[in-house]
Amino acid sequence: MPNMSLKKVAMPVQDPEVRCHNFEEVTTGYTEEMAIEEANRCLHCKHRPCVNGCPVNVNIPDFIEQVKEGNFEEAYNIISVTSSLPAVCGRVCPQESQCEKYCVRGIKGEPVGIGRLERFVADWHREHASKKVEKPEPNGHKVAVVGAGPAGLTCAGDLAKKGYDVTVFEALHVAGGVLMYGIPQFRLPKEIVQKEIDTLKDLGVKIITNFVVGRTDTIDALQEEGFEAIFIGSGAGLPNFMNLEGENLKGVYSANEFLTRINLMKAYKEDSPTPIQHPKKCVVVGGGNVAMDAARSAKRLGAEVHIVYRRSLEELPARKEEVEHAMEEGIIFDLLCNPVKVLGDDSGWINGMECIRMELGEPDASGRRRPVEIPGSEFVIDCDCMIMSIGTSPNPLIRSTTEGLEVNRKGCLIVDEAGKTSRDTIYAGGDAVTGAATVISAMGAGKKAAASIDELLSK
Amino acid sequence: MYTILKKEVLNPTVTKMVIDAPFVAKRAKAGQFIILRVDEQGERIPLTIADSDASTGSVTIIFQIVGKTTMLLNELNEGDSLHDFVGPLGKPSEIEANEKVCVIGGGVGCAIAYPTAKAFHKAGADVTTIAGFRNKDLVILEEDFKEVSDAYYLMSDDGSAGEKGLVTNKLEELILNGEKFDRVIAIGPVIMMKFVCLTTKKYNIPTIVSMNPIMIDGTGMCGGCRLKVDGKMQFACVDGPDFDGHLVDFDEAMSRNMAYRDFELHEREATCNLLKREVQ
Repeated sequence: MPNMSLKKVAMPVQDPEVRCHNFEEVTTGYTEEMAIEEANRCLHCKHRPCVNGCPVNVNIPDFIEQVKEGNFEEAYNIISVTSSLPAVCGRVCPQESQCEKYCVRGIKGEPVGIGRLERFVADWHREHASKKVEKPEPNGHKVAVVGAGPAGLTCAGDLAKKGYDVTVFEALHVAGGVLMYGIPQFRLPKEIVQKEIDTLKDLGVKIITNFVVGRTDTIDALQEEGFEAIFIGSGAGLPNFMNLEGENLKGVYSANEFLTRINLMKAYKEDSPTPIQHPKKCVVVGGGNVAMDAARSAKRLGAEVHIVYRRSLEELPARKEEVEHAMEEGIIFDLLCNPVKVLGDDSGWINGMECIRMELGEPDASGRRRPVEIPGSEFVIDCDCMIMSIGTSPNPLIRSTTEGLEVNRKGCLIVDEAGKTSRDTIYAGGDAVTGAATVISAMGAGKKAAASIDELLSK
Repeated sequence: MYTILKKEVLNPTVTKMVIDAPFVAKRAKAGQFIILRVDEQGERIPLTIADSDASTGSVTIIFQIVGKTTMLLNELNEGDSLHDFVGPLGKPSEIEANEKVCVIGGGVGCAIAYPTAKAFHKAGADVTTIAGFRNKDLVILEEDFKEVSDAYYLMSDDGSAGEKGLVTNKLEELILNGEKFDRVIAIGPVIMMKFVCLTTKKYNIPTIVSMNPIMIDGTGMCGGCRLKVDGKMQFACVDGPDFDGHLVDFDEAMSRNMAYRDFELHEREATCNLLKREVQ
């Protein structure tokens, strides 16, 4: 008999009072019993709408069927046919707008906790399975992947499974991209990301770190060295600022800098040689997932944290779950206001932020109501730290050193249906093409490009 | 891993190392830099490429021992290796063949000025070098500079080496004596570059400075190294490190470089004590 409960089996979490002082994972994951109980909520419907909601089309009902039976390793095998990083996706995908959005159980009550089950299966596999993956037979073709973020790793994994000789070139000293430098430990433990990357290495994927394509070598040089196809998954890592007066004061960070210091360089640890400011009162500007990550990180360093966002709660682009977690942890939301000026003291440190109140006007082209300044409503928030989290753009390094790569006016690479750029044998995907988006859409693009590259080279 | 092929003490606080890094050596040009991490827990620090040899795959760095990371780096010896070494980063310096240039180096900045002077010399430019140090014990690369300079002036604050005075004193003296420089390139402490620019501004001589802000990734993804140049925000790691010195906001750059001073002093102290204990 299926479990007809209208609600998902609750996810165990750390108490907000406790977790806002540590960087350990907030949600602690299902036990075997919880996973089986939740799996029993799946009706195994024939038309499987959930699968189409997943950008990499994981065979959801089949893996859940195996969880019901307690065959967790078999469930993992089903997921890994289509997904290269299940422990990551189970944690950071916005399931509410993907697989779970289409779940039949979600019509009346909550959908099946597909993300939670995927995470459980991947975690179970990591803790129990001893068998290493086997390297496929080489097919003799060489492919280069630029950038070891979710798009690049997925593309590399899919090609390696087909026997391609894949080399990933990564600018930083570790692979993982935003999974390593951007998403904090308390949402995505780095050990888990590393383990998934190690699995790709076992498949035969070579990863060269400390290699900046565009500087260390160019795309054209890689082609000359015999890479028959190249996938560019270099992301959108260039932080946007607002060009406010005072934005270069000390204590003003881009979210990328703040999060890189914390996540990649472990600046939150007492013995870390990479410093970070421990603010008393920190303002985070923006309302996306990155803003939530930065705010919750600052909270864990001991600050009183405010999120300043120009629209209202309804328009916050961050995942609902992240906003709820942030609120539980005591993050204060100053909505419908926007910074106009950063204020500083004589020694060049920020000591305040002048804001203006906003109201919502008519919907704009994106369909969201446009925020409009209320004249004369300026006020000052005292603060000793400000984190700008208003989005990122693609880094110009690759397009400026590669002839014939077409980009749009935002600097995003232009690709066709197959993921191919304006140059033959060069493909691209992820944030480098779309601008800042989600981990799973980057993985979907990596997957699509891998299929196109396979089609090109296996002819 | 990146092996230390050679280590040479240039003076009590400055060390030269030749590192095995073929990828970096292949494309390195004057004015570019690398970022290194000494060990797996280490911070990322930027250092300018002082020399490189594509045929041997080696890259030379010269660093001043100023804090925790450079102390730990200085503890390593030939045969040891660095955990990470990435580059070449930043835009190469623009080298003009038919110019009369004055290259000014201050302190350990001379290590950065040297490859630039060398590149101008190689291109056929007329190179005057002014090198400034606090005292004679700190002088570095004197012979190397002489080899690539048509004229070389050594200055020291206390007169214990070369002439007594600041690099700006010598620069102004040369200009007043009728030297016509097409361009001045100043590399050293921010305060020195600021005063060189104030001097050249008076005589309307184009001046390039090599900025040295705090960096983390060095690839343009964080903006930690941002500067105000001509009122606009620039990232030194990708838009620079060379900029038109007459447009740089030096006071802001100096202020930003002090952001972590307390932390750095503490780390330096702790590392000193640790190294002392190891010796005992």
